[in-house]
Amino acid sequence: MSIQDLTIKEASELLRRRKVSSRELTESALDRIRRENGRINAFITVCDDLALSQADAADKRLAGGDGASPLCGVPMGIKDSICTRGVRTTCASRMLEQFVPPYNATAVESLLASGSVLLGKLNMDEFGMGSSSEFSIFGSVKNPWDTGRVAGGSSGGPAAAVASGLCCFALGSDTGGSIRQPASFCGVVGLKPTHGLISRYGLVAYAPSLDQIGPITSDVTDCALVLDAIAGHDPRDPTSANREGEDYSQGLNRDKLPIRVGLPREYFGPELNKDVKNAVFKAVSMLEEAGSSTGEVSFPSTEHAISAFYLISSAEASTSLGRYDGIRFGYRKTGAKDLEELYQLSRSEGFGREVKRRILFGTHALSAVYRDKLYNKALRIRRMIARDFSEAFESFDVIVAPAYPETAFRMGEKTGNPLKMYLGDIYNVGANLAGLPALVVPCGLDRRGLPIGIQLIGKPFSEKLLLRAGYAIEKRVGRLRPPRAGEESSEGG
Amino acid sequence: MEYEVVIGLEIHAELKTATKMFCGCKNEFGAKPNTLVCPVCLGMPGALPVMNMAAVEYAVRAGLAMNCKISSFSKMDRKNYFYPDLPKAYQISQYDLPLCTDGHVEIDVNGKYKRIGIERIHLEEDAGKLIHDAIDHGSLVDYNRCGVPLIEIVSRPDISSPEDARIFLETVKTILEYTGVSDCKMQEGSLRADVNLSVRRPGEPMGTRTEMKNINSLHAVQRAAQAEAKRQAAVIRSGGRVIQETRRWDDARKESFPLRSKEEAMDYRFMPEPDLVPLVIGQEWLEEIRRSIPELALSRVKRYIDDLGIPRYDAHLITQSRFLADMFETAAAACGNPKLVSNWIMTDILRRINEDKDFLAASGLDGQNLGRVMLLLDKGEITPNSAKEILDILAREGGDPDAITEKKGMRVQRDQNLIARAVEEVIAQNPKAAADYRAGKEKSFSFLMGKAMAALKGRADPVQVRELLLRRLKE
Ligand SMILES: [Zn+2]
Repeated sequence: MSIQDLTIKEASELLRRRKVSSRELTESALDRIRRENGRINAFITVCDDLALSQADAADKRLAGGDGASPLCGVPMGIKDSICTRGVRTTCASRMLEQFVPPYNATAVESLLASGSVLLGKLNMDEFGMGSSSEFSIFGSVKNPWDTGRVAGGSSGGPAAAVASGLCCFALGSDTGGSIRQPASFCGVVGLKPTHGLISRYGLVAYAPSLDQIGPITSDVTDCALVLDAIAGHDPRDPTSANREGEDYSQGLNRDKLPIRVGLPREYFGPELNKDVKNAVFKAVSMLEEAGSSTGEVSFPSTEHAISAFYLISSAEASTSLGRYDGIRFGYRKTGAKDLEELYQLSRSEGFGREVKRRILFGTHALSAVYRDKLYNKALRIRRMIARDFSEAFESFDVIVAPAYPETAFRMGEKTGNPLKMYLGDIYNVGANLAGLPALVVPCGLDRRGLPIGIQLIGKPFSEKLLLRAGYAIEKRVGRLRPPRAGEESSEGG
Repeated sequence: MEYEVVIGLEIHAELKTATKMFCGCKNEFGAKPNTLVCPVCLGMPGALPVMNMAAVEYAVRAGLAMNCKISSFSKMDRKNYFYPDLPKAYQISQYDLPLCTDGHVEIDVNGKYKRIGIERIHLEEDAGKLIHDAIDHGSLVDYNRCGVPLIEIVSRPDISSPEDARIFLETVKTILEYTGVSDCKMQEGSLRADVNLSVRRPGEPMGTRTEMKNINSLHAVQRAAQAEAKRQAAVIRSGGRVIQETRRWDDARKESFPLRSKEEAMDYRFMPEPDLVPLVIGQEWLEEIRRSIPELALSRVKRYIDDLGIPRYDAHLITQSRFLADMFETAAAACGNPKLVSNWIMTDILRRINEDKDFLAASGLDGQNLGRVMLLLDKGEITPNSAKEILDILAREGGDPDAITEKKGMRVQRDQNLIARAVEEVIAQNPKAAADYRAGKEKSFSFLMGKAMAALKGRADPVQVRELLLRRLKE
């Protein structure tokens, strides 16, 4: 039995009916990782022994029949920016190549408590900075639909791993589209929850006011199941929301979905690829079919969103990454002649180009001379963007956007041109700047056969509504699967 | 002096909360290096700070005690700089929205009251400690102090002499101790002061100021200010200009050295702390904190002088510690003669405290029983020597002053017959002395008086004994 085509729900049913054991599922996944990871490069670290012992523990719980969680015994992968106790957490950086956290992120703790099995840690752009998962000291992640193309980023590893069936589901993190864009590129479901819905404890910071952990799954139901397990207040994260829990996985399938859908004029401009535009419009018509109404909305602040996002995220990164100085953590250059040189050499050699670029940019933006002109101005734009959204939500329940102006681009296509890479985040950064939930669901293929995702942005804590809308689209589009290299082998099916 | 001195102080005080500012680690001095640490105070990747509300409460209490406005809304900021004792490479502090603003502290300069403005009091975390020379070619870091809550009290440049600077710091120290906010142990570094100082000719605008950092004794502040005022005046007098710079005061050598100039001043790149939510202080909580503030030292000094007739010097000494001042007030109320009580505190009790600084905390002596001893003394029920003896017993084992008096037979003898009998016996046993006195030898009287008092074990009223003795000798 392979897990490559099983959703969490399907795996969970087989596990409960004792048709398969967690050990079998886990062994099969590890075996598949062994064969496939060389091609996709989604995993940085695989923890065979730990996974098998967790699988055995899950089998015991399942045998006890104590109404275990639907996640019990189901194998997962975790983005390498999320701390796992005893398993190294590198952020795909030389800086943290040897870092083994003595604690689990709260979200990981919740999943392990549900009985999920940790297969290993997933590749990404260094410290989450990138949109292609090419900025990793462990090499680029390849898109399972076309290994000559990127998987998106920064959560490229999680998206590629789920799309190619290396794990049943994964956790990613999203600062400016880092879950949604790779989900779209790889044809899977990705959710960036409301800022504060999921504890950030144990998520290695990039830009704390924008960062959020979220699920990457095969379908919308799985997304809701993972959210059920990880959402909720955490006393260890003061910015986590203290509100009553919701049951996200119940009642996803509605016959009628009478919601008001807003299409921002600025999101469908000339930069948007035609195939993507058509697929998104088609998905919108599916929502109309389900009973929703559609209208146009304008976000005049959109043109400033990218600069505001890069100023704020880089400013926060410049302080959040200060701790990697070779003293307490991370890479230390030996042989420095004094403290100043120790800092300089450790940081110059420990960080990659893109991370250094943003640290310098952010340092500049916060400097006494430029803070008003750069950082404080960006904060004002951030408030304008939040206001644009909240005004739109007076007339609409959901805002629709593409997840990216195009489908997965070729390896190396944008690494030489950071500005071009940054501009692609245009539809994504708004949700982070305004702290809103945003769900990406596959909605079709382009003329090359590459997946396209539609993005649904909602009011704070409206995840359930987004999941229902996503479900309505998914029901009509169907699940997209990449062509698999191992498809013809004996292992298939 | 031809120059006027303008001084402002920045005072850092560690708050004596049970745990650190953002984690559950104990806030303690003197533990083994790096034993009071956790992922949060070590700033490990992914760990997040959680505000210790006790630290906020302590800071508000200090602010209220210094007559500040308390911001109902304030926030924490990151102050960024690289140093090995700062594992996150930023200190969580407050930049543009401090917790407390616009207060003042009144100081008493030899009977002249002066008001020193408080610009702001903000909350921040302490850094670790570098241990130099412990190993070859390097230093070690102890992170136990990392994340200990601090307040920084910034005065306005209202201080006009080095002596006033010391008195101001002393007054602030007393306020922090009275309110229980800090234990202000300067030798342990839990209270430190930076001195900002400039000089000018009277009537001229403010001169260029220098800053001297981390001075950790009251007198060192005065000495540093004196030396710096002298230095700046000399620079100007010789036609030079004072440079705006940070200087290090070396109290052993009694001089300061340049540390860094204004041009080299660090850019801390302040940024709102995204890991914490803003601090909101509700009116109800504020009032609750206000009610927890006791009457402060200077207010008591004034009251003791005006209402109780205590000398200013004594009033300051008694109010130096809240414990002692409370003891005095309880004793004075129980006895009804505050001056008697203050005299005894100034002599007897302060001597005991000087011999052992923890004397009060460890002894069985308290305001109640001290007051009752003083009452017995005031009514002439016991002699001063007995009072001393009872205080010794109370200090050692506690107890009831009246019971001790009875048990030890210390009550002053007032029985005329008993005294008369003792006097007669003394005269009978010392006929020569009696004859000498009667023959005009005055000196013999004191000999007989001493014998009589001894016979009465010193517990009779000497006036009464004297009267009876004289009468008998003249018969
Ligand atoms: Zn700690």
